[in-house]
Amino acid sequence: MNPEPPIPLHGEPRLQLLHISKRYPSVLANDDVSLVVRPGEIHAVLGENGAGKSTLMKVIYGAVKADMGEIMWNGRQVDIPDPAAARALGIGMVFQHFSLFETLTVVENIALSLGGEFDLASLAIKVSEVSKRYGLPLDPLRHVYSLSVGERQRVEIVRCLLQNPQLLILDEPTSVLTPQAVRKLFETLRQLASEGVSILYISHKLDEIRELCERATVMRGGRVTGEANPRQESSASLARMMIGRELPHCEAPVFEGERKPLLEIRALSREPDDAFGTRLSDIALTVHSGEVVGIAGISGNGQAELLAALSGETPVAREMVQLCGEAVGHRDAGARRDRGLSFVPEERLGRGAVPAMSLADNALLTAHRQDLVRHGLRRFAAARDFAQRCIERFDVRCGGAAAQARSLSGGNLQKFIVGREIMQTPKVMIVAQPTWGVDVGASAFLRQTLIDLSRSGVGVLVISEELEELFEICDRIAVLAGGRLSPAVPREQTNAEAIGLAMSGLFAQPTPESTHAA
Amino acid sequence: MLLEPRATPSRGMRLAAPLLAILLTLGVGALLFIALGKDPQEAFHVLFIGPLADANGWSELLLKAAPLILIAQGLAIGFRARIFNIGAEGQLIMGAVFGGGVAIAFQDSQSAWLLPTMVLAGAIGGALWGAIPALLKTRFNAEETLTTLMLAYVANLILSWLVSDPWRDPGGMNFPQSVMFGDAALFSMLFEGLRLNTSVFITIAAVLLFWIFVSKSFLAYQVTVGGLAPQAARYAGFPASRTVWLSLVLSGLTAGLAGVGEVAGPVGQLNLNISPGYGYAAIIVAWIGRLHPVGIVFSGLLMALIYLGGEAAQMALQTPAAITGIFQGMLLFFLLACDVFIEFRLRKPLEKRRAAALARKALP
Ligand SMILES: Nc1ncnc2c1ncn2[C@@H]1O[C@H](COP(=O)(O)OP(=O)(O)OP(=O)(O)O)[C@@H](O)[C@H]1O
Ligand SMILES: [Mg+2]
Repeated sequence: MNPEPPIPLHGEPRLQLLHISKRYPSVLANDDVSLVVRPGEIHAVLGENGAGKSTLMKVIYGAVKADMGEIMWNGRQVDIPDPAAARALGIGMVFQHFSLFETLTVVENIALSLGGEFDLASLAIKVSEVSKRYGLPLDPLRHVYSLSVGERQRVEIVRCLLQNPQLLILDEPTSVLTPQAVRKLFETLRQLASEGVSILYISHKLDEIRELCERATVMRGGRVTGEANPRQESSASLARMMIGRELPHCEAPVFEGERKPLLEIRALSREPDDAFGTRLSDIALTVHSGEVVGIAGISGNGQAELLAALSGETPVAREMVQLCGEAVGHRDAGARRDRGLSFVPEERLGRGAVPAMSLADNALLTAHRQDLVRHGLRRFAAARDFAQRCIERFDVRCGGAAAQARSLSGGNLQKFIVGREIMQTPKVMIVAQPTWGVDVGASAFLRQTLIDLSRSGVGVLVISEELEELFEICDRIAVLAGGRLSPAVPREQTNAEAIGLAMSGLFAQPTPESTHAA
Repeated sequence: MLLEPRATPSRGMRLAAPLLAILLTLGVGALLFIALGKDPQEAFHVLFIGPLADANGWSELLLKAAPLILIAQGLAIGFRARIFNIGAEGQLIMGAVFGGGVAIAFQDSQSAWLLPTMVLAGAIGGALWGAIPALLKTRFNAEETLTTLMLAYVANLILSWLVSDPWRDPGGMNFPQSVMFGDAALFSMLFEGLRLNTSVFITIAAVLLFWIFVSKSFLAYQVTVGGLAPQAARYAGFPASRTVWLSLVLSGLTAGLAGVGEVAGPVGQLNLNISPGYGYAAIIVAWIGRLHPVGIVFSGLLMALIYLGGEAAQMALQTPAAITGIFQGMLLFFLLACDVFIEFRLRKPLEKRRAAALARKALP
């Protein structure tokens, strides 16, 4: 355990929310929410997808206007009409989706958000200072497009820190970070807290919350349903508070049917399209009917490139990808889908779904094969019906089939996309980061759904950064590191340590996998 | 002043933007007339009321609106997909050349098939001229904005060569123009003494077809996805090249039809003044009509009115011919400016002093 930082828990609250309510056309996102944050406190906000956490944070940051309620800041009532006012008060926020300009350097990006007159050279020095002081190494002169997700988040955090905030809001900061980056972030946050900065921390990862936070507010359906000291709770009890029932456990029955190879990757190599991509070299893997195969590894090791090659978004040589015995490497995504492939990408908005379109229209994106189109004409009622069934079966909390994709909370959109793909009764299902940003209850449900899908004879390939998740659902696990794939090993024959070792690229030369892997 | 993205695009602004753009255009237009020493009230009367005073005015309005609406329908499909064909003028000319070529080749024909053949040839000519940029884009990734515009100049040169040499009317006093087409090669008039002709039905049919296409077809959906979220289109496996071909060939085709409508209608021959820039004006029509088949009908009528008003103002007020272009250009400019406020809102940056005061007020 890390040493407990001295936390001045007493004294005047830094932030007090009183009876905040916010209604969207279809839902009451915040319903009479009250909350107290003290100086130097790391305060978690937990809740199911769509509970209203992000909305509440946006109210504090002035990005969303509450319909009712008061905000007290250091004991005085304040009005926060926009983010600039929030920053002026000393409130900083790191959004889940970053807002950086890729073509500018780090320091230019920061200068833009600070506004007013600035001197780039001295700002660059300040950026380096702050980033060193908080253990967030950052080169101010690098271009943002060349930064990894973790580094981009550092830019956002440093940008907040430069304004000496008294309250830092982090909305699901770790869902895209590597385990090492999470460690670093926690150190920084503890240091900040010890200096008196209050932190509001949203996450679906209960272990992290138990490790980092000393108080937690639990929300459900827009209301505060409880408070807890996460250090005195178990993950299971926190989950119970969140979803109001026991957390279900995944069950993986033995597959009874015939074990046929469905997806075969043969000696797949590919040069990256851009300078910051990863070269895939000589990747081989077979996914059979009735099994879930997992690919572990940290994003940026060829995950994106491999997924695009498998989905058909970037076609490769014909023989490199075989789907149900047919060579499809040269075919595009649509042709592969025609042959029974379903795919859930890691980016939901803009790739897996069109943000400005309704869920019914987004159903059509890939599910048009489900008789949603006849004679080239759209069948609107059928698409609505499909979306509605998906919403019900996968418990997507939203304003109905007509809701725009971008109005859904992160986890709920993920459930919708996974649902849309599963409902097409695929032969092979490829899923990237199935439970990113999905709450614990829904994660368990999605994992079970993937297992059940495989036991119905489908071949399921999961690419995930979460080892626990992979160990929970996979029959075999391989590791992708530096663009190379280790052989897939049955789950019982490996452990977190071996996988960690393989992640650092130390596995034996991959041998062409036999179709009867152990 | 700062622009700040809105959380959700404003529905109200989406509808208000075209109206606001029209108001701003009128406002600046009034200033322009004052600067020219004209009474703005009189000028506006001449521009927008006078042309619609009689049946002839309405006939002329529809005669001008029909090609604008027709071309804009095709362009709008491409614009939805972010394929920017700005050379519809060239496709219009090629449509006129192909259609007119048929009329010249069969000068003495009285066949009822002559006109339909011309229409078909015009459609093919326009579509071909749209297909070239599509080929260049899908093969060599050449920007369609450049290629379509350059091909518009090429089309113009082809036309002027044709009418000054091989197709020049031998009895035309050396003017660069072809023979006048025979009756079988012309759309028939709808009303005695008015120039409005049956080609307007092509536009009406096109509006209906495009309306059905845009609102009902899966193909139009794919095109729209390609424009809104290219990555999602690739993810779903909607071929990007098909969208390029569809957009450019379709908009070329409608422009080509409009070209035939002109040469087999009010112009009645091939000459250098087939189109008063319909191909360019249709870009504005498409945008002001919000790329919607019905919206385009209204914006097409408005733009046609500006054409008529501009001509009337030249005669009644001795204003320069450029007035038409200025008004059309202003309309587009203000619309694009207003469009920004659909996705963004204007915010005063907190002044340093106010911000500091706010912070001080909040501190204990
Ligand atoms: N712009 C919007 N328009 C309409 N409804 C919205 C909008 N933004 C959020 N909502 C709705 O408000 C509710 C709360 O959303 P919010 O994003 O706050 O959830 P969350 O707790 O952050 O969930 P997650 O864990 O999935 O991120 C959801 O039902 C969501 O659909
Ligand atoms: Mg959220």
